[in-house]
Amino acid sequence: MKPPIAGGAGGATGLEVALPHPPPARRITRALESEGLLAAMLLTPAVVLLGLFIAYPFVMGLWLSVTSVTVGNVGEFVGLRNFVKAWDDSIFQTAFQNTFYYTFWATLFKLVVGMWVALLLNRHFKFKRLVRASMLLPFIIPTVLSTFAWRWMFDPTFSVLNWSLYTMGFIVTKLPFLSDGTYAMWCAIVVNTWRGMPFFAITLLAGLQTISPELHEAASLDGANAWRRFWHVTWPLLKPVTLVVVVFSIIQTFSDFQLIYVLTGGGPANSTHLLATYAYQLGVGAGLLSEGAAISLFMFPVLFAVVWIQLRYLRRMEGA
Amino acid sequence: MVVERRWKRWVYFYLPMTFLVVITLFPFYWMFITAIRPDAELYKSWRAAQNAPFWTLQPTLAHVQDLLEKTMFLRWLWNTFLIAIVSTMISLVCGLFAGYALARLRFRGAGMIGTGIFVTYLVPQTLLFIPLADVIRNFHLGNTPWALILTYPTFLIPFCTWLLMGYFKTIPKELEECARIDGATRFGAMVRIIFPIAVPGILSAGIFAFTLSWNEFIYALVFLSSPERKTVPVGVVSELIRGDIYFWGQLMAGALLGSVPVALVYSFFVEYYVTGLTGSVKG
Repeated sequence: MKPPIAGGAGGATGLEVALPHPPPARRITRALESEGLLAAMLLTPAVVLLGLFIAYPFVMGLWLSVTSVTVGNVGEFVGLRNFVKAWDDSIFQTAFQNTFYYTFWATLFKLVVGMWVALLLNRHFKFKRLVRASMLLPFIIPTVLSTFAWRWMFDPTFSVLNWSLYTMGFIVTKLPFLSDGTYAMWCAIVVNTWRGMPFFAITLLAGLQTISPELHEAASLDGANAWRRFWHVTWPLLKPVTLVVVVFSIIQTFSDFQLIYVLTGGGPANSTHLLATYAYQLGVGAGLLSEGAAISLFMFPVLFAVVWIQLRYLRRMEGA
Repeated sequence: MVVERRWKRWVYFYLPMTFLVVITLFPFYWMFITAIRPDAELYKSWRAAQNAPFWTLQPTLAHVQDLLEKTMFLRWLWNTFLIAIVSTMISLVCGLFAGYALARLRFRGAGMIGTGIFVTYLVPQTLLFIPLADVIRNFHLGNTPWALILTYPTFLIPFCTWLLMGYFKTIPKELEECARIDGATRFGAMVRIIFPIAVPGILSAGIFAFTLSWNEFIYALVFLSSPERKTVPVGVVSELIRGDIYFWGQLMAGALLGSVPVALVYSFFVEYYVTGLTGSVKG
């Protein structure tokens, strides 16, 4: 932290310099008139908590990942062996690919459906507030609890979806929702889309509401149809907020854990693991702390790249 | 106005909207119907001649009763509530202070600290849970509510700071300057003039933080072990499934009751929640 700026009033703006001498106050109060000291005091709680529980564990994680710690075993330095071992592990390879696959499709669906819902909600209709509030429900309700409802809907024996499809004549035998690897992955993508879509819809809606209707009217007078109005008027204006939402969503989806943990538990036969669930299975389930920590860290480069893009973009916005 | 024909309004608006609302709400309806359906009806084969798959003719509260009497569900609710409230309070205080400092004060390193807090905003819990479990053990916090009360702020503080910083920037500086001319200290002006104006922002951040803590799963799963210490999501996952057997009636009753508090808070403060949500990405 920076030492306090000398002088009583802190010398910030011309206005403050013109102040008469401050009334006699206690030393602490006067010290807090210095911007630097006050800022240090105000930032300390946040920085201490974030340092203790984010920065410190991060460094610990780096250390763990290059040692051979297991539960009840101190371990020793092993270099990059954990990373190499993971890379050659076929379950890890599946989890690694799944994570990208899951993130890509779920984010794409959330963006498309979310945009659609935002455009629908941007119109005037009865019960608009009620509809909007209920649309957000999947995002509010704890993921674990709503995923259980989905798991029950995908149940191998009592699935209501199978029942409905069968009754309507679309299928003649039940679909193996969670008992086949490919199906299970797509079920997870559907549930993730269902849960995350409202975030896209509501945020994009907020963006849409800042676009003046006059622009649309003008475009419409010039003979642009709905699609062209969207593509040439709405989308360019919505791009900044879309980018931010997509970045947030990629980070959340890429590091997802609870949805897979409840829906498939990584199964059948480890075919739907994501990096986070596999790290949990090794690190907590099997007690192989170092290997688990190494697998978690495989997420880091991607997250880092996404955050870096986001920061650069923010800088450019501030510079503009 | 862009005028459109009636059939177009149906095809492009009412039908898709209805479809989307039904898909959005169906899982909750299914949760509810399963929770009040007797076991005999619940476990009928999918091909059995079921007259009423989408509702039930003999609603029962047996599952709810089981849940409340045979499990520690109410205890979990209380734990979740307490942890969510305390960690939200801590995060709000930290976020208010840090947000004010970053929005208003000029000091060396401001940019760096601001970026640092923003970056931690984007660090997911799953990246750190294994080493963090070690840290918690070293601090002797394992299996206590403090393990969560102190770690939840790691994802709440960045968000609160970010949101409140944006809010403070919209408050005119002149208000503070007037107060300071009248003899208020910097700290006094912040607490008595700026914070009261920021109440809507504080509410938004608080509501959003509360729902995030209620939703948190992996830290609670890893840091807590005894059944009476667990939160609702973890309790439902680990205590309502015995071996490979899923008691769906109880599970759905638990999911439903576990969602009610957070849904209630949300329904009272929808507007604040939406502000928090959209503010969380705009900054």
